[in-house]
Amino acid sequence: MQNKDSIKNTLFIGLGLCLVCAAVISFIAVGLKQLQKQNIIIDQQKKIVAAANLESFYGSVSNAYNSIEEIVIDLDTGNFTDLSPEEYDLSKELQDTSKYISLSSSEDIATIKVRENFSKVFLEYRDGDLNTVILPVRGYGLWGILYGYLAISNDLNTIVGLEFYEHKETPGLGAEIDNPAWKALWNGKKLFDEEGNLLIKVIKGKVTVNEANSNYKVDGLSGATLTSNGVTNLLAFWLGELGYLKFLSNLKEEVSNV
Amino acid sequence: MSKASDVLFAPLFKDNPIALQVLGICSALAVTSKLYPTLIMCVALTATITLSSFFISLIRNYIPNNIRIIVQMTIISSLVIIVDQLLKAYDYETSKTLSVFVGLIITNCIVMGRAEAYAMQNGPAMSALDGFGNGLGYSLILIIVGSIRELIGSGQLLGYQILHMTTDGGWYVPNNFFLLPPASFLIIGLFIWALRVWKKEQVEVPEFSMKQNAPKEIKVEHA
Repeated sequence: MQNKDSIKNTLFIGLGLCLVCAAVISFIAVGLKQLQKQNIIIDQQKKIVAAANLESFYGSVSNAYNSIEEIVIDLDTGNFTDLSPEEYDLSKELQDTSKYISLSSSEDIATIKVRENFSKVFLEYRDGDLNTVILPVRGYGLWGILYGYLAISNDLNTIVGLEFYEHKETPGLGAEIDNPAWKALWNGKKLFDEEGNLLIKVIKGKVTVNEANSNYKVDGLSGATLTSNGVTNLLAFWLGELGYLKFLSNLKEEVSNV
Repeated sequence: MSKASDVLFAPLFKDNPIALQVLGICSALAVTSKLYPTLIMCVALTATITLSSFFISLIRNYIPNNIRIIVQMTIISSLVIIVDQLLKAYDYETSKTLSVFVGLIITNCIVMGRAEAYAMQNGPAMSALDGFGNGLGYSLILIIVGSIRELIGSGQLLGYQILHMTTDGGWYVPNNFFLLPPASFLIIGLFIWALRVWKKEQVEVPEFSMKQNAPKEIKVEHA
């Protein structure tokens, strides 16, 4: 190789290699795209089904998901909209200034800065009746925003489950929000008292049976007070005026009218 | 030992990329809190380094000297992107855990180091073997670190409960320190120490030696 370092060869190898690599990568990326998209969808469905604890009842995630209806709601009015749930994408909603509101520091309990005007919720119907409502929630933990789903049974006051699908918490401490033992604690807890006050919270330490309002309290994660507070705060926000409160009361009326 | 087996097995203990050359520490700290993602990372890196060494060696006689690093980088990063795409398609859960660290294989000094130090001078078959051997050397350390961290940190191996934890009514109180990246420093440090006790020739000559304290001057006063 005499002319290996000539300008001609340098250009030739440089361009040639780029072309070959680009072609190979594009080929593989396009080929795998469908599979990857499918994975993301299945992953979301798994979390939604897990939050509502439906897999054991329906036998599989896909069966369970077939009984779930996706619907986009207007958070300000609490009404259903006819927007297409397939085209709904939270990250896109949060890019369009007309589609979200900025929260003032007193409103922003969950430290999420902005709240979308429309939200995609999930309703599970069993034999034609509403059985579970699954709501996407998010809020700041210790290191970043926790993204999850809260599942509520059809009395709209009892928690079925809480499942986080994305977070940056410390493994072994805050990341114990993924621990099945801790997640199981949520099942059966109540949200609002008789007067409609939101009482649900993660406390410090363990809940004892005789404690007042023990139905509204969940054991804290030891060594992860800030993550635990984050969970309390995000529930307080999303079940409040600016969150799903209107939607839930509308839904309650609808359920009791039937 | 034949040359081929020497090239393949030397990186395990004699010339380990992490323990002796102290390369690739970053990912060894980051991905080893659980054993399963660690294994996937090992496979990803070993595949990348084997193939990159092979391809770089294949075209080594055509690579112009002044753009050789760019050429190497292009090949390595293309392979890493492919590995990342495959992971996202076939093992989505793990690809979420490994997140950015698969992409960071591109900057892993072991891969570049082998390309520069070996693949640019040797034939494709031997280069691939050398890359594979170094991948194994890297994997060896990562698997040791990953096993220890998962076992001590969460009482599990590959997600199976080995030690019965207090949180589930058992006796073992997990040491949360082992779930944090600095624990890897400790384990890798101990491994390097053990290795150098066994293979004395790996002990580096100190860059400078401390001078002895000067002996006290004894002043004898003459009257």
